[in-house]
Amino acid sequence: MADVTLTVDGKKVTAPAGTLLIEACKTVGIEVPSFCYYPGLSLCGACRMCLVKIEKMPKLQTACTTVISEGMIVTSDSEEIKQARKSMIELLLGNHPLDCPVCDAGGECELQDMTFSYGAAESKFMEAKNHKDEQQWSPVVFFDRPRCILCYRCVRVCGEGMDVWALGVQNRGVSSIIAPNKEDHLECEECGMCIDICPVGALTSGAYRYKTRPWEMKHVGTICTHCGDGCKTTLGVRRADTGMEIVRGDNRDKSGTNGDFLCIKGRYAFDFANHEERLSRPLIRRDGKLTPSTWEEAFELIGKKFAEVRDRDGGAAIGVIGSTRTTNEENYLLSKFARVVLKTNNVDHHRTADFPVLAAAVRDKADATASMADVFTAPAILLIGNNPTEQHPLLAWQIRNNVRLHRARLYVINSNPIKLRQQATSFTEIAAGAEGKVAAFLNGADAAVDVLVNSSMDREAWIALREKLRGEQNLAIVFGSEIHGTDLSNLVKFGSGISGAKFVCLADYANSRGAADMGLYPDLLPGYHPTAGNSEFHREWGDIPQAAGLDLHGMVDAGKAGKLKVLYVIGSNPVGRLNIDPFAFSKSFVVVQDMFLTETAVMADVVLPAANAYEKSGTFTNTCGDLQLVKKAGEVTGTKADFEMIVRVADAMGFDVRKLVPFGGGTHADMGQSRGAQSGEADRHAVWLEAHGLEPKMSPFDPTTILDEIQRLVPGYDVSRMDLLAGNSQHTSLAKAGSGVAHRPESIAPANDDLFSSGTLGRYSRTLKSVVESHQVKPAEVAAD
Amino acid sequence: MADLVSHPDEVKVVTRRFGKGATNIDRYLELDGYKAVQKALGMEADAIINEVKNSGLRGRGGAGFSTGMKWSFVPKQSAKPKYVLCNGDESEPGTCKDRLIFEHDPHAVIEGVTIGGLAVGARSGYIYIRGEYRYLSIIMQKAIRDAYAKGFLGRNIFGSGRDFDIYWHGGAGAYEVGEESALMESLEGKRGIPRIRPPFPAVVGLWGGPTVINNAETLASVPHIVLGGAEWYAKLGPPKNGGTRLFCLSGNIAKPGVYELPMGYSLKKMIYEVGGGIPNGRELKAVVPGGSSTPCLTADEIDINMDFDSVAKAGSMLGSGGVVVLDDAQCIVKFALRTMQFYQHESCGWCIPCREGTDWLKKTLMRFHSGGGVKKDIDNMQYLSENMLGRTFCPLGDAAAMPTIAFVKKFRKEFEDHLEGRPCPYEKEGAIEQLPVLAH
Amino acid sequence: MRFSDEFEARFAEMVPHYPTKRSALVPTLLYAQDEVGFLSDEVIQELAGRLDLTELEVRNVISYYSMLTTKPRGKFNVQVCTNISCLVRGGEEILHHCAKKLGVGHKGTTADGLFSLEEVECIGACSWAPAAQVNYDFHENLTTEKIDKVLDEYRKKATQ
Repeated sequence: MADVTLTVDGKKVTAPAGTLLIEACKTVGIEVPSFCYYPGLSLCGACRMCLVKIEKMPKLQTACTTVISEGMIVTSDSEEIKQARKSMIELLLGNHPLDCPVCDAGGECELQDMTFSYGAAESKFMEAKNHKDEQQWSPVVFFDRPRCILCYRCVRVCGEGMDVWALGVQNRGVSSIIAPNKEDHLECEECGMCIDICPVGALTSGAYRYKTRPWEMKHVGTICTHCGDGCKTTLGVRRADTGMEIVRGDNRDKSGTNGDFLCIKGRYAFDFANHEERLSRPLIRRDGKLTPSTWEEAFELIGKKFAEVRDRDGGAAIGVIGSTRTTNEENYLLSKFARVVLKTNNVDHHRTADFPVLAAAVRDKADATASMADVFTAPAILLIGNNPTEQHPLLAWQIRNNVRLHRARLYVINSNPIKLRQQATSFTEIAAGAEGKVAAFLNGADAAVDVLVNSSMDREAWIALREKLRGEQNLAIVFGSEIHGTDLSNLVKFGSGISGAKFVCLADYANSRGAADMGLYPDLLPGYHPTAGNSEFHREWGDIPQAAGLDLHGMVDAGKAGKLKVLYVIGSNPVGRLNIDPFAFSKSFVVVQDMFLTETAVMADVVLPAANAYEKSGTFTNTCGDLQLVKKAGEVTGTKADFEMIVRVADAMGFDVRKLVPFGGGTHADMGQSRGAQSGEADRHAVWLEAHGLEPKMSPFDPTTILDEIQRLVPGYDVSRMDLLAGNSQHTSLAKAGSGVAHRPESIAPANDDLFSSGTLGRYSRTLKSVVESHQVKPAEVAAD
Repeated sequence: MADLVSHPDEVKVVTRRFGKGATNIDRYLELDGYKAVQKALGMEADAIINEVKNSGLRGRGGAGFSTGMKWSFVPKQSAKPKYVLCNGDESEPGTCKDRLIFEHDPHAVIEGVTIGGLAVGARSGYIYIRGEYRYLSIIMQKAIRDAYAKGFLGRNIFGSGRDFDIYWHGGAGAYEVGEESALMESLEGKRGIPRIRPPFPAVVGLWGGPTVINNAETLASVPHIVLGGAEWYAKLGPPKNGGTRLFCLSGNIAKPGVYELPMGYSLKKMIYEVGGGIPNGRELKAVVPGGSSTPCLTADEIDINMDFDSVAKAGSMLGSGGVVVLDDAQCIVKFALRTMQFYQHESCGWCIPCREGTDWLKKTLMRFHSGGGVKKDIDNMQYLSENMLGRTFCPLGDAAAMPTIAFVKKFRKEFEDHLEGRPCPYEKEGAIEQLPVLAH
Repeated sequence: MRFSDEFEARFAEMVPHYPTKRSALVPTLLYAQDEVGFLSDEVIQELAGRLDLTELEVRNVISYYSMLTTKPRGKFNVQVCTNISCLVRGGEEILHHCAKKLGVGHKGTTADGLFSLEEVECIGACSWAPAAQVNYDFHENLTTEKIDKVLDEYRKKATQ
């Protein structure tokens, strides 16, 4: 749009036509205060804090509702305006309880800040304040009416942003109140966005309230460990007897691709870390019972056993199962460790999407995959399968708000009437399992339409839909695990005919994509390079087995047949999650690294207490292929990161760990070391760096050494390190990926998590549990009357 | 069914069919009914608008904006349907005139709405009647049915080849809905919260379509203008203040009632001649000239003409035509309190200054009136009102602030007489026992 | 839930007059209230369903309008205006008188469920003040004697 020039406080401001005055002021550093204005939400003009003087207008005008126009002359700092702001604050404080010393928002409160900047020092009011008791609306949402300043942000973010519409405004005048949808409680997605967006302490979190003060916490922005969308969550941590306790999760750091968004899991489901069943000592099976041991004892035993089996039975007798919630560095290390140290290709993980086929299909295309940010800006989106509202809440948010704010066209094809149909330009219901036929039909196989036609979509309608899609540009094609193998190739072929089309393949866990990219496959190395071949990995890693190894089911069979002597499981629970016979590995020596005694861990010979993704550093790749930095926030004494444990196992096997983790070199090797002329100063400097998490990368347990290798070797990962460290997401491309391989469809097992579940991890979150329980109680009550 | 009054000075235009059985459509036809709309059907849209513009007709709801001008803002072309809305949500305290129009001359409103539709190119109109006026909505519904039956509404009205539909709509108790954009929200089945402007209703109104919204009295005047001509109508009043207006005399006055007087009629005469003066041997203390939201005038300030511009010059507003007279037995503090209690009760609560301001003013006045006032309260009330003025989301805040400022400024002495625990000098003994205050 | 045939006929007639269903909400709520006596959970659920609204949206609207109530009240709702025009002509006296006579305060209901009392804002009877409405009927130029008679008549009506 054409630019418009106006004058604010004597400064020339130029901004695109259609810009709101309040935003135009921001661009030249003029802060116009507001409570109710919130970018991306509908305008209110309710708080009257943003009143400014516009020449030729008799009354003060709200900058949040005024669209700039050419030649406009604006004053934002006159005495009249100062008085207007002051009186608004006076009026608000008149009924505000001023219980700041005990309010959760104290120290992070916009009303406090506004009072500090614009407010009055004295109160003119003598009357008693209006009072209403605090209410609990759900296990995680509390409402304190007297603190509410009625900015309506919560109502709008819940309705417009989330499409949940669980909050309303009731009564009128000074009795006006924010009300939950079920009179005295909420029935909603429990995302907690209303709490985050609340400028004061009116809406507070059941998980955090009265726990601590904001300034007593350290705030760490990291990536959520639950679904595959890769939201940034800011974890508030505080010293505790057992290390560093995570006490809060929110999206205060809005620098993530998720912007304002965070779902229940990202916000509250960090509490598994402090679960009472958390393991904090290594366990070794003695006389049939898992009993506590020392780390040294455990590593010595594992090292001895692993080396023994490898040397006696060969690597083929060893199986490795990796995790979808460990970092890329750990996954890469594990992949490398298996091949280089254990000499086995029996490597797998819980697969929830067919990334190898996607990689193969787009490997010669630049920009063929969409980032999470792209989904918010694409002019059109085709969604086949999946239910993002439940399984990919951020993706759903991106789609929904793209439609709302950018008028994107959304085409939904699904076997269920999923919620996103409400935003869809067209919603097409198909029979369950027919998604592949859709891909075939879209790719030109007209015969496939016979299976697809139904009472609401005849042949012509299908053809019309295909034509409409073909006519789109920059179409984002998003698909769930229903699309795999040949169907996936078909869909990519169809998309290739659309200019600017990009793909998103949906996988279910926080680092599912990373596990795939880092080669946790029996037949693929990192970057989808087949084990049989001569890739860079073959050259770098040296002598590694060529023949494809066993996948998870192959390992089960081998275990039953007594051929699999060792099973090394890292952060995975195949027994609990994938219906694996718990006795399949009773003849194997099983080592499990986990936080809890899962169904898999209970049958292990050695269990090592692992740190989780909130307790370590590294990177995650989300389902779109966006690489993001994972930062250490919490700490539980007695646990170790999987990275360190793998290295210690290699060491215990007598392997030269320098060949596994090339530490001591690279860009970080010299940090701080050469600064001081005297060694004493260098020491002090090292202490300082360590205290701030910036210690020199001189250790074999330092994952950045592996990140260096990943960035050097894994196709698409050569993104800007600077940007990555700055906390931005970096989209990785599959353009130069290896050739991939086709897998059996059964090897993909969707997690089937919903908003309130999260694999094995979710079971250890009290918050998720309490929310699920609260939802279960309510219908029973209704049914009873 | 409210009593009718009359006075020789009255100029009966809008009220000319009152008491003549014009709710009956045949009777209405005998009394020149539906002639105006037929005339309008033969006119160009712009000609109708110009006629209304030239008549000097200004909004009778209170703001006094030129009706013809308002109509001319409606875009000629529109992708969305256009609407004409009759605002019959009469609720400004002191005002009871639209009620009489609906009761005695419902077809005039129908005719006015139809003419408005012809002028702006709308094909449908709605007549919004406040919920408390149930009997009037029944009268109006029958009138609409009768008009349809005669072919005056619906398809091909009067055989003109043009279509026009009218439907009634009922409120359910909310002063704020009298604000035009809030009324549209209410008609759309929502809470009556005003809308952000711009866009103005003439461009984006009801269901997003360009909408003309006028007060019932304004629309009931339109047929007379079309029939009698702009010049005739304009000349009934002073320049820029065309026509007559229904003045609702109430309060401490001998002959209260609704009188149709020419614009610019003397307030003094209105009180002492038309209204018969102050009864019971009392003296005049103050007049609220145009409904509760207009600043009061003292006994010395009533020598003015009752038209929009003259009253504005005197520091008040002609408003909605509700002239409330107070004799010297009335307590201004009590009166101010009751006024504020109303605005506090009716504030929609959307914006901070109105929501909080009306509540604090009410609380303060309440304490003040019951003897708990301190000196700084008087300045605080003025400070608070001045800080609401012009800064609220819609005019309701102004409506609460303006009279309060006037009460405090003009009757400061009376406020001071309430100080230091002194009981209200006007209160009869025992009558102060408070009922629970209005709370929603 | 079942409404009367009259209600149903009115509802059916009303809805098609608007381009959006929910536009019929406010008048419909009032008619439903007239019939049921108050806006019960059942009524709210029913109307929300009919007008494609959530119950929350319906409650938001109900709570905005002062004539609508979710609590039962007496068969005859005595609404006494005490706003300015009535105030200066003894509206408060009428209110106090009713309160004493009925033995209930603002928004109270008599034990026999016959009367509710409410102090209301301006009902548009300023020139005929003081005034009150009993349900939808206007009673104007009131005196204490006159309101006594009015209340007695309603009481009689109820027993007939």
